[in-house]
Amino acid sequence: MKKYLGLILTIGVALVALAAPWLATSDPMTTDFASGLKPPGSPGHVLGTDQLGRDLFARVLYGARLAVFIGACTVLLTAVVGSLLGLTAGFVERWPSTAIMRLADVQLSFPFILLALTINAIVGLGLRNIILSLSAAGWVVYARVVRGEVLAVKERDYVRAAAALGVGRARLLFRHVLPNVAPSIIVVASLQFSQFVVAEAAISFLGFGIQPPTPAWGSMLSESRDFLYVAWWLAAFPGAALALTALGVNLLGDWLRDTLDPKLRV
Amino acid sequence: MRAWIAARLAQTVLVVVLSLTAVFGMVRLSGDPVLLFMPMDIQAKDVEEYRRRLGFNDPLVVQYARFMKGAVRGDFGESLRYRRDALGLVLERLPATLLLAGTAMLLTLVIAVPLGVVTAVRRDSAVDHAGTVVTVLGQAVPGFWLGLMLIYVFAVQLRWLPTGGMGGLAHLVMPSIVLAAFYAARVARLTRSAVLETLGEDYVLTARAKGLAERRVVGKHALRNSAIPVVTLAGLEAGQLLGGAVITETIFAWPGLGRLTVQALLNRDFPVVMAAVSFTSIVYTLMNLGVDLLYGWLDPRVRTR
Repeated sequence: MKKYLGLILTIGVALVALAAPWLATSDPMTTDFASGLKPPGSPGHVLGTDQLGRDLFARVLYGARLAVFIGACTVLLTAVVGSLLGLTAGFVERWPSTAIMRLADVQLSFPFILLALTINAIVGLGLRNIILSLSAAGWVVYARVVRGEVLAVKERDYVRAAAALGVGRARLLFRHVLPNVAPSIIVVASLQFSQFVVAEAAISFLGFGIQPPTPAWGSMLSESRDFLYVAWWLAAFPGAALALTALGVNLLGDWLRDTLDPKLRV
Repeated sequence: MRAWIAARLAQTVLVVVLSLTAVFGMVRLSGDPVLLFMPMDIQAKDVEEYRRRLGFNDPLVVQYARFMKGAVRGDFGESLRYRRDALGLVLERLPATLLLAGTAMLLTLVIAVPLGVVTAVRRDSAVDHAGTVVTVLGQAVPGFWLGLMLIYVFAVQLRWLPTGGMGGLAHLVMPSIVLAAFYAARVARLTRSAVLETLGEDYVLTARAKGLAERRVVGKHALRNSAIPVVTLAGLEAGQLLGGAVITETIFAWPGLGRLTVQALLNRDFPVVMAAVSFTSIVYTLMNLGVDLLYGWLDPRVRTR
């Protein structure tokens, strides 16, 4: 049940993100001041319009595109960088291990959202910078999980056997250790995805990250606050889309964890 | 035990020093820090004046030493906006955040822990399924959206509660629910899995075999043993309340530390940002240390690691 709901929601969001230009009945950026703040169900505007008369349905769809893109880029970046650092820390030990793990300790001494927000406020606004700031704050989880796994895996007989046969260090690491650590990386990635998407929305909501008029769910919610008394739909739909996305990916992640790696708790 | 505590303390001091360095580094990494510290529409002669006054013309090492020396004594400089001691502003806002976070924790203890226990004991019952739906939703619904929806229903439509600000008990209701929601959902799930795990242990089977009442089996044997993981994980997660406060306080115009941080970031008031972020990080690290020490005290196996 959980598995199917998770799969359906996740695939649904991915499809909407891909097909937004074909699904949207009008352009998300085109303003039409005369027909501003129309309620849901108005002719031509299923979900209504915002204060500038832009079609909310189109904006929510394009918001999915942006959220999925940011989530995917961040997960990919943190997975690659974090896993490589984790592999190094687990495999090489000595000073690289200490250096990487101390860095991880320092990052873990800040709440995630505060760190990502502060980095974003410093490096600046926009799409590239929000991906960079989320990644800079988020790689730690991979590094920790991967290092722990590597420490366990490299003591196993098949790794020792390969080492005894004279397999080189790089080959040992990428052919014998990495495949056995991969399931954990996948599980962490799926659990991190929704965290990144929600964090991006939160940061844009606070006025950093993605700026209006770009249709991002977070900045749409931020703008909707001024119209809460007259236009509930501006707050309801982008937030519902965000919650459904997080729900779908969380369920999928839970299921993946139970299937691939029941021991793992993130 | 004493050696273990000493080691943990030394490690904490190291982490605090390194995170202060990180705060310093973050602010200095972004090209010209003076521009970061200044309002957007500042004139060139004022920039040069401030560059000199804030000491940005000195070598980086000197600036770092000055920052660390000040930080150790609680001196992060003067707020560029309010022209007052930055740490003083932070400490002034602390009670509001503590009140909010404390209420959220209380809500969690009163709701989430019993919910976790009941759903574990009545596994696969209607209560369990309903509880799972609630906790899964609680983890998925973003706090700031929940906040907006609550404001719409209870403040705009029903007019039962104020939209924001700090005042009587009514002001506390929505912010604490929003802050507690995610945390409570996690704690409920942790409690459920911890209780389920202990219920499968041999000593629970023994207790049942010798004919103890189910109430005693659960209350005395299972709950006590599942308390350790719950305390630890709940303690570690409690630090995230400090992060959640950043968003919750902004939605509800709650005059706490989180809102101060966001406003300082928006106003580019970096002495206040540095004071607030350093302070939060130190509190967070100390909370983690506290949980660790508590864990070591509860479960002697940890110490011998």
